[in-house]
Amino acid sequence: MRNVKVCVIRTAGTNCDKETAFAFVKAGAEAELVHINNFIQGDKDLADYHILALPGGFSYGDDIASGKVFANELRCKLSEDLRKFVQDGKLIIGICNGFQILVKGGLLPGNANFEQEASLIINDSGKFEDRWVHLSQKSKVKTQKCVWIKNLPEVIYLPVAHGEGKFIVEDESVLNRLKKNNQIVFKYCDAKGKQGGYPDNPNGSLEDIAGICDETGRIFGLMPHPERHISVCQHPRWFTPLETMHRRSSTAACGSLSLTGFNSKNKTGLPVRQAGDGLIIFKNGVEYARKIL
Amino acid sequence: MFYKIEVKDKSGIFDAVGEGVKADILDFGIKTVKNVRFIQVYTIIGELAAEDVKKICVELLADKICQDYSINPVPPKTKKDQAIVEVAYNPGVMEPIEESTLKGIKDLGITGARSVKTAKKYIISGKLSVGQLKTICDKLLYNKLIQHIVKSGSVHSEGEPGVSSYKFSLTIVDLLGVSDQKLTELSKKGQLFLNLAEMRAIRNYFKGLKRNPTDCELETIAQTWSEHCSHKTFRGKINYSEKAGSKSKLIDGLLKATIMKVTQELNKPWCVSVFKDNAGIIRFDEKYNICFKVETHNHPSALEPFGGANTGIGGVIRDPMGTGLGAKPFLNTDIFCFGLPDYPFSKLPVGTLHPKRVMKGVISGVQDYGNKMGIPTVNGAILFHEKFTGNPLVYCGTAGIMPRDKSFKQTNSGDLVVVVGGRTGRDGIHGATFSSGELTHESETVSSGAVQIGNPIQEKKMLDTILQARDKNLYSAITDCGAGGLSSAVGEMGAEMGARVELDKVPLKYNGLSYMEIWISESQERMVLSVPKEKIEELLQVFADENVEATVIGEFTNTKKLELYYRDNLVCNLDMHFLHDGLPKTVKEAVYVQAKHAEPKINCPKDLTPALTKLLAHYDICSKETVIRRYDHEVQGGSNLKPLVGVKNDGPSDASIVKPVLDSPKSVIVSNGINFRYGFIDPYWMAASCIDEALRQIISVGGSLKQVAILDNFCWGNPDKPDRLGSLVRCSYGCYDTAIGFGTPFISGKDSLYNEYSEHGRSAAIPGTLLISAISVMDDASKAISMYAKEAGNLIYIAGDTSEELGGSHYYDLAGAIGNNCPKVNVKKAKLLFDSLSKAADKGLIRSMHDCSEGGLGVAAAEMAFSGGLGLDLFLSSVPYAGQKRNDFVLFSESNSRFIVEVTKKNQKDFEQSLKGKTFGLIGCLNKGKDFKIYGLDGKICVEADIGKLKEIWRAPLKW
Repeated sequence: MRNVKVCVIRTAGTNCDKETAFAFVKAGAEAELVHINNFIQGDKDLADYHILALPGGFSYGDDIASGKVFANELRCKLSEDLRKFVQDGKLIIGICNGFQILVKGGLLPGNANFEQEASLIINDSGKFEDRWVHLSQKSKVKTQKCVWIKNLPEVIYLPVAHGEGKFIVEDESVLNRLKKNNQIVFKYCDAKGKQGGYPDNPNGSLEDIAGICDETGRIFGLMPHPERHISVCQHPRWFTPLETMHRRSSTAACGSLSLTGFNSKNKTGLPVRQAGDGLIIFKNGVEYARKIL
Repeated sequence: MFYKIEVKDKSGIFDAVGEGVKADILDFGIKTVKNVRFIQVYTIIGELAAEDVKKICVELLADKICQDYSINPVPPKTKKDQAIVEVAYNPGVMEPIEESTLKGIKDLGITGARSVKTAKKYIISGKLSVGQLKTICDKLLYNKLIQHIVKSGSVHSEGEPGVSSYKFSLTIVDLLGVSDQKLTELSKKGQLFLNLAEMRAIRNYFKGLKRNPTDCELETIAQTWSEHCSHKTFRGKINYSEKAGSKSKLIDGLLKATIMKVTQELNKPWCVSVFKDNAGIIRFDEKYNICFKVETHNHPSALEPFGGANTGIGGVIRDPMGTGLGAKPFLNTDIFCFGLPDYPFSKLPVGTLHPKRVMKGVISGVQDYGNKMGIPTVNGAILFHEKFTGNPLVYCGTAGIMPRDKSFKQTNSGDLVVVVGGRTGRDGIHGATFSSGELTHESETVSSGAVQIGNPIQEKKMLDTILQARDKNLYSAITDCGAGGLSSAVGEMGAEMGARVELDKVPLKYNGLSYMEIWISESQERMVLSVPKEKIEELLQVFADENVEATVIGEFTNTKKLELYYRDNLVCNLDMHFLHDGLPKTVKEAVYVQAKHAEPKINCPKDLTPALTKLLAHYDICSKETVIRRYDHEVQGGSNLKPLVGVKNDGPSDASIVKPVLDSPKSVIVSNGINFRYGFIDPYWMAASCIDEALRQIISVGGSLKQVAILDNFCWGNPDKPDRLGSLVRCSYGCYDTAIGFGTPFISGKDSLYNEYSEHGRSAAIPGTLLISAISVMDDASKAISMYAKEAGNLIYIAGDTSEELGGSHYYDLAGAIGNNCPKVNVKKAKLLFDSLSKAADKGLIRSMHDCSEGGLGVAAAEMAFSGGLGLDLFLSSVPYAGQKRNDFVLFSESNSRFIVEVTKKNQKDFEQSLKGKTFGLIGCLNKGKDFKIYGLDGKICVEADIGKLKEIWRAPLKW
């Protein structure tokens, strides 16, 4: 079986690169951290990878606007490589700053010319905030387009940590297209999956949008951090019986990060989660990529 | 050419910055402001074609979805009831945004842009008097130390800084022929902060050389000998007595006699490197060591809170980076003491920023740097007292992890001196000596050079590349450029063999710096490496690959001299021996006099609910959630126990647990102990209490005393005054006795003295404040325990002795009193209890545990209940207690070494068995309701409240 190769791209100010690579490794892939200069100078070739991950952080300090300078660099220096990567049916995930870069670089929602059609701007609170949010991926249509989110429970739980995560679109037509094409992947919600105000929606995003994909479902961006919830012990309440499920099994998962299986049931009938919600996302990406190798 | 570009939100877009400013203005009581709009201004300097400027606007500076731009806009006529304020940085102040913007422009294929300056423009609508507008500007929109208001109509008020070139001329200072009085004057005028004995020693040294010193030599000595760099108080001689006139004893090196003595006597095998390097190192596992350091940045934060805290955290991050051969930082901790947030403006001393502004700025500064470095800020504390109004305390700490074989450095003769990272400018000149003197109302003008803002991305790039170079074994030693700049870094690294530096090789931000400015500049984000010649090419390549500047500026020699050249002119030639060992040991006088405070006259009210709610709303005790959330506390993915826990993720965790190695169950617990209030009564017991608090927090989260290392951070007043020094000595003895009893070695520490604020000759010292930071290695993170109540029906215990120890308590503070009976620590007893609880936790007998501290049992129990969303019935008659039988005393005494523990009924017997012989009491039971009820000693209800309401009261005070 050939290995799925993931490139976690980094530059000045990238800072979630290592844990994102770790999550991909736990999901069964081979992950490599590659500095953008390696691609620009030709030391590395994007075509050698199956998945491109843009991790969180503050690329170039998020100066001017979050993700802007890096998006600009990708567009000016790597657009041909990126275009080919997408055309080859490969996968891209952008998390937090990575999502901001994909949106500002025009890869999401996505059009032929990589024109920017949406943006992620300063939170309504005016503040950077680190907090856990519920995400619903209940889709109006039966088939979920995004290849990254299969097998997920209806409501998942991940942390956000950003100051500029408010999703907006250029005009109504962009939003309509997102809806029509089933490109809205995650919406912020309350614990029961219902719409809620702040802080359920932590930034004031339009229609509570937390993550979107392109028309193919292969390019995916989201503000929350799936790599920060790959093991149960990263959950803020892994101590509580109902949440943690069963102390013993969670202990095993925390101790060694043995992340096999998603959900099963113990003798009492309580669900036992041995992995965090975020890991499933990485596994989906890796499994999909494996099929197209 | 100047191109001024203004970018603002399109109409209909929510202007979060403008709204934030409006809220702050309303906060000042200026209610007439209707609207504030924010405009970002860029001034590009260079030769650009018109279409290029447009391209820069469209593709880079403005977000086309939500922003409009205008190029060289004609200043609009100010409308009635509207003010336009434009704030720009002063020349020479580093703007991180410049580098990124220039890069962005270059990426677009546009050359010709030389520099970029930014400004912030605010359009304030509403009727304002001239005075009100001035208040808004001075107190909110700008800080004159680093910024100025741009006059309306000017395209760009200031030219490019420092374009004037520097003409070399060597300055010789006449020391040999001058009187003692002149020596003192020289020290003061040159901001050297050296005393007469020290100035004389310098004069003698140069007499021996038969020449006068250069200005650079004098500065180098002043930097090296500064309190900040050499810690002369802790290393010098002290004549100590308790009470004036009583028999005194001579202490030769307070640090050696107390703090370091603990470590030496305990001699723990897991202590790898202590008190030697930039941070103390302990063993983590078979592969790794971890190191920890906490620093202060009080004086800069007093003058420019954002920049001060920003560079404070930036500086302490470089400590682990410069420890051994470099560690990767994996957690930050921040502890602050501020003046009261509701302090009346009318009472503020001249030249002092309002505590609320200081607090907001400090938090923003930490947020900016810590988050951008990608280091989780997982632990902290914020305390308040009127006496911190002019002199806040800002403690920043960082822990790092390194492979075991990278824990030691060795500079070798023949190695090259390489400076990496940021360029050198005029920033921060005299920071080291400035922090070694008292703040005065003139400080803001005299020492404004000591204020700067940081560039976290520069430091992040440097960190990324340094770790690569480290893993390729490309250098033999590393240290950070902190206080004293290159002077301290190179001086320290070359202390044993000598060093030669060519100052004109140091890369500069702008022209015009003199040789001396280059040498002592404290520009941030720089480190110095010692690199074997054969590895230099490979090393330079590692940095070049990721756009980090690295420059060879000299060589480590074998001359045992510090030789500095500027364009082939010798500007400094000092013996390393004199520089590092020539400081005369002065004997300082120290007298400790026990303070006597009035005992408060409070009768115990029947209903203690109001007292409990007041305590929950006390600034020291109330929720710090809004602050904690502004720090990314989960980056790097190692977060195992978060600073916020509970059913709604808003309860106050006692300590944090972080996994520095994601694939291992081993983890690190970090906590802190600080309570300056007990120091008002007795600094000895303050020290004991701080250590006890830091340790019991570790126990609370499921840790043990097996491997705990602690750091000391003293923030004190002027040690040249015997009473200040007396209390410092007494505090140090408290550190020794307590730490040795618990078996916890100190591995590093820091002191910040001269924390006094003198106004028109009257000097006020801050409360002498000790911070104890603790770090512990936990074998199995899955054994972690959190503080919030878990299940109805579970039993609640108190473990440890409660005594009538209300002195310095928050309960007394409500009555405006201090009292005299502060909490003590019975170390022997405490240690036995801590060990038993660790064992019980390890066996899984404990469902939750919370440390009893500020506000005593009442506050701790309330926090536990409302964080868990459960009701609680508590019986004071079951609390093991010694003292006057009063409900309020039992409930709010702050006796040390106590815990509230939740245990299931099933485990009752085993738990009680595990605490056999220790003091504990079964005091209550959790229920499904929402009522928090406490039954007094007489069995009658003395507190009754809804947990939801208690929580809201606790959350409200700092919910900005």
